[in-house]
Amino acid sequence: MYESTAARWFRRVTLALIALFALFPLLIILLTTIKPLKDVQNTFQWIPSHITLAPYAEIWSTVPLLHYFVNSLIVSSSSTVVSVTLAVFAGYAISRFQFRGRRLFSLAVLSTQMFPGILFLLPLYLIYVNIGRSIGISLYGSYLGLIITYLTFALPFAVWMLAGFFATIPRELEEAAMVDGTSHWGALFRIVLPLARPGIVAVAVFAFMTAWGEVLFASVLTTQSTRTLGIGLQEYATSGDTAWNQMMAAAVVVSAPVVVVFLALQRHLIRGLTSGSVKG
Amino acid sequence: MTQAVKPQEPVEAAGEKRTPAAYRTRWWEREGVIPYLLIAPAILFELLVHFIPMVAGVIMSLYGLTLFTLHHWASAPFVGLGNFKLAVSGPIGSALLQSFTVTLPYAVLVVGLSWVIGMLAATGLSAEFRGRAVLRSALLVPYALPVYVGIIIWSFMLQRDTGVINTVLVRDLHLVHSAPFWLLGTKAFWSMVAAAVWRWFPFAFIILLAGLQNIPTERYEAAAVDGSSSWRQFRSITMPGLRSANFVLVLVLFLWNFNDFTTPFVLFGSAPPSPADLVTLHIYTVSFESWNFGLGSAMSVMLMVFLMAVSAVYLRVLRRGGESGV
Repeated sequence: MYESTAARWFRRVTLALIALFALFPLLIILLTTIKPLKDVQNTFQWIPSHITLAPYAEIWSTVPLLHYFVNSLIVSSSSTVVSVTLAVFAGYAISRFQFRGRRLFSLAVLSTQMFPGILFLLPLYLIYVNIGRSIGISLYGSYLGLIITYLTFALPFAVWMLAGFFATIPRELEEAAMVDGTSHWGALFRIVLPLARPGIVAVAVFAFMTAWGEVLFASVLTTQSTRTLGIGLQEYATSGDTAWNQMMAAAVVVSAPVVVVFLALQRHLIRGLTSGSVKG
Repeated sequence: MTQAVKPQEPVEAAGEKRTPAAYRTRWWEREGVIPYLLIAPAILFELLVHFIPMVAGVIMSLYGLTLFTLHHWASAPFVGLGNFKLAVSGPIGSALLQSFTVTLPYAVLVVGLSWVIGMLAATGLSAEFRGRAVLRSALLVPYALPVYVGIIIWSFMLQRDTGVINTVLVRDLHLVHSAPFWLLGTKAFWSMVAAAVWRWFPFAFIILLAGLQNIPTERYEAAAVDGSSSWRQFRSITMPGLRSANFVLVLVLFLWNFNDFTTPFVLFGSAPPSPADLVTLHIYTVSFESWNFGLGSAMSVMLMVFLMAVSAVYLRVLRRGGESGV
């Protein structure tokens, strides 16, 4: 883009301010995790009275963090795998086939984004409790119930994005393969999937993050044994004085995996968005 | 939604003349069946988690589903529109209205500010310069963090006595004399907006950045040859080029933030100050504190009708705008 000197400086200053806004809280959190408890109970100090890594060691015993961590990991990765698989199938159907109900299906899937979560939280809770009572499949308070719930949260966006992504892959490749005797299924698995890898990765990251950060449904559908990080992390605040240094250390520990993966894959994500969503 | 086409197919196939090709085409490989097989699992789960509960929610709003009837829901009395009347009248009604009048400006402000900051960042980073990739990653971190972590950080920074914000304002810069309580009263609303914008502007940024990459650079080069100013280029090239990205982005951000639960819940628990009592948390509290699920469902149905109306108007207005050739 052509720009004047004034425009260039405007751009530099706004970028610097935005970066400050984005990064300042992150500096505070990192600084807090290396402070001893008495520092965080008094007025904020820029320089720690001494530097300690104790908060990172203490977080595991104050709250059963590892337990919550494992719960979140099980729920988030299972729901990611299933929802990405389902989205690959559905996205492929939308981008490659003309069939009755195609438009209705895409609209119905997207319209779920419009539903307020609270509207289906109450019935879902009752449905899960009652399924458990009548059939014996426990969905309330179990991993399975939460996995099923979360996989549908990421599904609409995933279907929509993958359909857009598949549409950019030339059909001729599959047609050539099918002339050679490959079935539709073979074409999907051997030709389309490898080419769509960046889109699939982007969708998987999105699905994982959705589940990892969810709080509303977790607060109702989990019990102590299946509690996930979103609820568990708040326990650092409930024991009288908040051990902010531990709370921040725990926050760093639970964020690190997603942040690292997200940043490593952001190129894929932007590419996926460019070819998928923008056609909306 | 789904047409059941599966069971009779193999019989048909068996009746056909068996050329080698037809012999190999099983029922699950037929053109007419494949798309339905592909979407069937997605439909199954969407039905279970979204559509059936939604219908159940609408039905529940017509029943007196309270603590006493909750676990024998077949015996809950039909109350017609009673829950809706209860939801809009008396103190319950005014509390719900108050919650709506807080949520609307909240959603509008968060969408507006996130969009402006995201747009400034996206246009700022569309040109090549040293450190661009690093800066882009840095700006995405707030979005990569789990939602509740972001809110917890803000909660810590906004503490009155131990928080960094008051330290900077009062002790370091001497801008204010007595340290304000950021998490009480009206200030709680602005604290919530700040935390939510911090979380959502990177999302606007990444979507807009992706949108900008789809605008051919020749257009800018041509405009530069004509001597158009940056602002002019922004208005006549960038904005029209981002039309479809903006279309989805604004709607989705609005819906997500109107339904926001995590921000007030993590900041205030289930008893937020009334200027921060967003509607989802409000309904949640009403439902789970009184166990009056009928009333809670009625409120949720009203919320959904409101959001559907807003979305419908939005889609209509913008589609018309599109036809007039923007």
